[in-house]
This record gives sequence, structure tokens and C-alpha cells, in this order.
Amino acid sequence: MPSMTPASASVDVIAAPPAPRRRMGRGVRRFVRHRLALVGFGIIVVLVLLAGLGPYVSPFNELTIDIRHRFGPPFSGAHVLGTDQLGRDMLTRLEMAGRISLTVGCAAMVLSTLTGTVVGVLAGYYGGVIGSVLMRIVDAMLCFPSIFLLLALAAFVQPSLLSITVIIAATGWMEVARLVEAQVRALRDRDFAVAALALGAPDRMIMFRELIPNAVAPIVVAATLNVARAILLESYISFLGYGIQPPVPSWGNMLNNAQEYLTSAPWLAIFPGAAITLAVTGFNFLGDGLRDALDPRLDVR
Amino acid sequence: MTEPVLEVSGLSVRFRTDAGVVPAVNDVSFVLKRGETLALVGESGSGKSVTSLAVMRLTPAPPGCEVRGRATLSRVGELLSLPEAQMREVRGSRIAMVFQEPMTSLNPVLPIGEQIAEPLRYHRGMARAAALREAAKLLELVGIPEPGKRLASYPHQLSGGMRQRVMIAIALACDPDVLIADEPTTALDVTVQAQILELLKALQARTGMAMLFITHNLGVVAEVADRVMVMYAGRVVEQAPVRELFRAPLMPYTRGLLRSVPKLAPLEALGAPLTAIPGNVPDPANLPGGCAFAPRCADVRKVVCEAELPELDAVGAEHLVRCVRWRELAA
Repeated sequence: MPSMTPASASVDVIAAPPAPRRRMGRGVRRFVRHRLALVGFGIIVVLVLLAGLGPYVSPFNELTIDIRHRFGPPFSGAHVLGTDQLGRDMLTRLEMAGRISLTVGCAAMVLSTLTGTVVGVLAGYYGGVIGSVLMRIVDAMLCFPSIFLLLALAAFVQPSLLSITVIIAATGWMEVARLVEAQVRALRDRDFAVAALALGAPDRMIMFRELIPNAVAPIVVAATLNVARAILLESYISFLGYGIQPPVPSWGNMLNNAQEYLTSAPWLAIFPGAAITLAVTGFNFLGDGLRDALDPRLDVR
Repeated sequence: MTEPVLEVSGLSVRFRTDAGVVPAVNDVSFVLKRGETLALVGESGSGKSVTSLAVMRLTPAPPGCEVRGRATLSRVGELLSLPEAQMREVRGSRIAMVFQEPMTSLNPVLPIGEQIAEPLRYHRGMARAAALREAAKLLELVGIPEPGKRLASYPHQLSGGMRQRVMIAIALACDPDVLIADEPTTALDVTVQAQILELLKALQARTGMAMLFITHNLGVVAEVADRVMVMYAGRVVEQAPVRELFRAPLMPYTRGLLRSVPKLAPLEALGAPLTAIPGNVPDPANLPGGCAFAPRCADVRKVVCEAELPELDAVGAEHLVRCVRWRELAA
């Protein structure tokens, strides 16, 4: 038995007053210290503003066909980023496509993170038969290459914004479940969890109030990476023709339409491609930064 | 001080491990009365913490761990056979626990106000705002200044002593009949230890709760306990009122424990070595036949002591001892 290890503080006094704001401040400082995270955050803000406000400013409609001005190159005349094969304004289309791609990405992230967290916390907390069954389901789902799964599902389901979001989320929740399960299994045996049990706390209280807040950092990071993944997946399936259906634009189906004109009008492929790349790298950088911001141990430096 | 609150009889806990069945606690019986403090003393591995966890029903699930015996809590009934759902209502409301490490027993990411309010919300069904007001009162009760402001503090902003006060506030939130304190001062400074012990005594005088105080520190025992139960290798080896135990210990193990405590000696005695008990606690999976303490005992009589397990003999009305030679040794 350890005999009388003295506590770190020798006098029974209070440490520094008001708390939550300072805690927040330190998190922000850790985030700001991370240059790439700031870049990522900036990219996402710009993309969201463009997608959200751009179409209101633009004099063009993303669906209006103007055959006389088709294949207009960028930076020539009124169409800043040029026009496509039907003479539609590229900038407005990119912005409207951004709305859809970002919405699908974020909605799929929320859905898959919630599902993964619930499955993971149940499996990790109860363990035993419940845990084994849930985690074997997760393993089985992970066995399928997600693109195949996605295309198989998409072939049977009528494509719409909602169905695509659900399908993407259905292939993305397993990693979150694994992560949360491992976290919860480790946290469950920590003293404060045992103390909560000794106070007669109900299981759901221990799971969602005691354990999950302690696992928030890795969950948030996984969530940002999931946004990037969802945007990519939406592009894949739209590119393959199962996703968002024309004439409604998404970054994926814009790329799909562009492939015939790759040599004659390369900007049709370059702009949506760049938008996808920017969004994905932005969210990836943001995820890295959040990981640091949410880890209080990094304060020591 | 006469009404029994918790009666434990014939409590045995066995762990099934790869190395075989390990009897961690054997046939432990005691009575805890309203307003009194029973100290449970022993070395590491003597089964004192397992005893308290078994009473709280917090030992691992059945295939790995087997609990036998009875633990009767007044106005509730037998705890060891209670359905889990009802046991949950008992934990934290009728019988609460304070743990050794105040550093790790509080949730690092929840403000302490929320943590104190929680048991009030699920045991008393209080609304959040009302529970937080009650939490502020509890913080004041355990001697934390400016309790209203402290509610929003996180555990890492408090000192060790403060955190243990918060743990006590959480344990006492629902006014339990029994408080199990598992080495609550072990991780604290000596000066803070004294403050926490005083606080526990004052709170006990105020609420009339019974305390089961687990410790290996005999100085703490002398400070808080009314009665003492000494455990060795999973069994009770001596039980007595605190004064009697310190004045006239009968079991050689208790004597050894008392001799191994440093005392403030007169100057000429300075430098005299402390008397340690030789050897180590026996492996509970492989206990010697007869008295478990015999291999380390200075007063051992080979044949008599190793023949069979000594009975727990009654010396007086409240003094029990497990040693075949106690009559000779007392003389």
C-alpha cells in the first residue's frame, strides 16, 4: 500500500478562479499555433461563404442554358470562370454544387458520427455478448470495399440528396464505432467511472455524461476526417452517375460531364476538381488542428 | 449509538483466476451502528477493500468472482441478493463511498457543480437548477469558500484536499446512512489529512451516519475510529474498541502493527530501530494451513499454531481475537 504520498499542493487552497472561458482560450491558442489548421479553417470558411452567398450575388442562374456562349474560357467576358458545354455559368454552378457537396458531406458526417458513437459506446461499455456481436457487425461491414457497397446500394435506391447522404453515412460509421469502443473500454475502468457506479448512476448517465465527454477529442477529429471522406464519396458516385442527377450540379457530376471535353475545355474539369481537393484538404487540416486543440496535455509545452 | 445500520455476516469473496480460486475474503462478520465509526485495518491484500466493494456489490461479475454471505442494511434488507436495479437506488443514496484518489475519482471534463448535482438528480429526481442550488449548499457544508463560484470549476483547478472535499460532498449529497471511506486521506498531505478527518467527524456528528473507515494508517485509526477490526489474509484476526486495542492488543499481528508505527520518543530513545514485521503477506491463493500469520509470528508455537485455523474467540463483550495462544500472551 502506498504510504502517504503527499498531494501536489501542500496547502488546502483554491487554484485560479473562473474556469470555462480560460479552458476555451487555451484550446483556441493550441489551435492557432497549428498553422495548417488555420489554413484549413480559412479554406472551409471561404468555400462555405461562396456556396452560401455566391449564387445571390451572381447575375446568372446555374440552370439557364445559353447555347450561343458555350465553352466560354475563363476570365473572358461576363462569365468569370467560363461556361460549360451548354453555356451555363461555371462559377454559379460550382457554388450551387458546393452547397450540395458540403451539405451531403456534413450531414453524412453527423449521421455516421452519431451512429458510430452510439454503437461504440454500447459495445465498449457493456462488453461481453453485446459488445462482441456489435463489433463483429462492424468488422463485417468493414470487410466490404466501401465503393462497392456504395455502388451496390446506390443501384437499388432512387438517388436523392437524402438517400445519398444515408448511403454515405452507412459506409462511414464503422471507424467511429471502433474508435469509440476502444476509448470507452479504457475509460470504463477509470476511477471516476467506478465512482459514478458507486453513486448509483444509471448506465446511460455513465455512458453519455461521464465517458463520452472524455472521448470527445478523438470523436471530433474522426468527424472532420469523415466530412472529407463523405465529400469524396459523393463525388465518386456522382461521377459514376449514381449520385446527384443532372441538371442539378454537384462537384462530382460536373467532373463527370467534363471528361468528354478534357482536351478541348479543360477548365470544366479543373475547377470542380480543385474545389474537391480544397474542401478535402481543408477538412483534413482542420481535423489535425482540432486534435491538438482538444488535447489539454499539449499545454505543458 | 445502539441501532445497527449495517450487519455483515459470513461474507466470503472468491476470485477465479488462471492460477486457481483465490479466496480474497473469508467469513467476515461485523455490525455497524448508527453514528459510529468502524475502522478496517490491514496490509495490502488483506481483503479490506474487497470487503467494502462486496458490500457495495461492485466486485466483478459472477463467473470471475463469487460473493457469499449476508449484508443487511436497515430499512432496505439484504443487499447481496437485491436485484441490480434496486441496488442502484441504494448506492449513493443509502450507502455511499469515498475513494482513495481524489485526483482520479472526479470526472476531469465536468464542472464539479454538475458532478455534485448528479446523484441528487437521479436519486431525488431534482431538476437541474434545484440540484445545483443544493450542490452549492453541500460545498459550503464541506468547507469550500465561495461555493456559488466554485460550482463552475473543473477538478484540475482544485487542490488535492479540495477535491477530496468535493468527493465527500458528492457522497453525502443524498444523506446516506452508511459512508464507506476507502483510505480517503492516504493520497493527501498530513495537514490536509487532519482537516479531512475533522470534516468527516463533524459531518458524522451532524448527520448520524455510520462510517466504515478503511485504512492502513494506525494514526488515522486513533483519530477517527470507535471500534477497530484488523484483517489479515482475508480474515478478521482481532476486533476491539479503539482504546482497548491500542492499550492491550492480543493478536501478535496487531501488536506487530502497533510496534511498527513511528512514535515521538524521548530523546535518549532516538535512533532505536522500528520493529518491522518480518516477511510478507502470504499469497491468498496458497494460504498456510492453520493460522495464516504463523510463518511471520514471533510468538509462534510450531505444532499448535500450524495445526488448524484458530477460532475467533470472545475476550470480552466487544473484543474478539483469532489466536490459539492469546490467553498465554495476555498474561
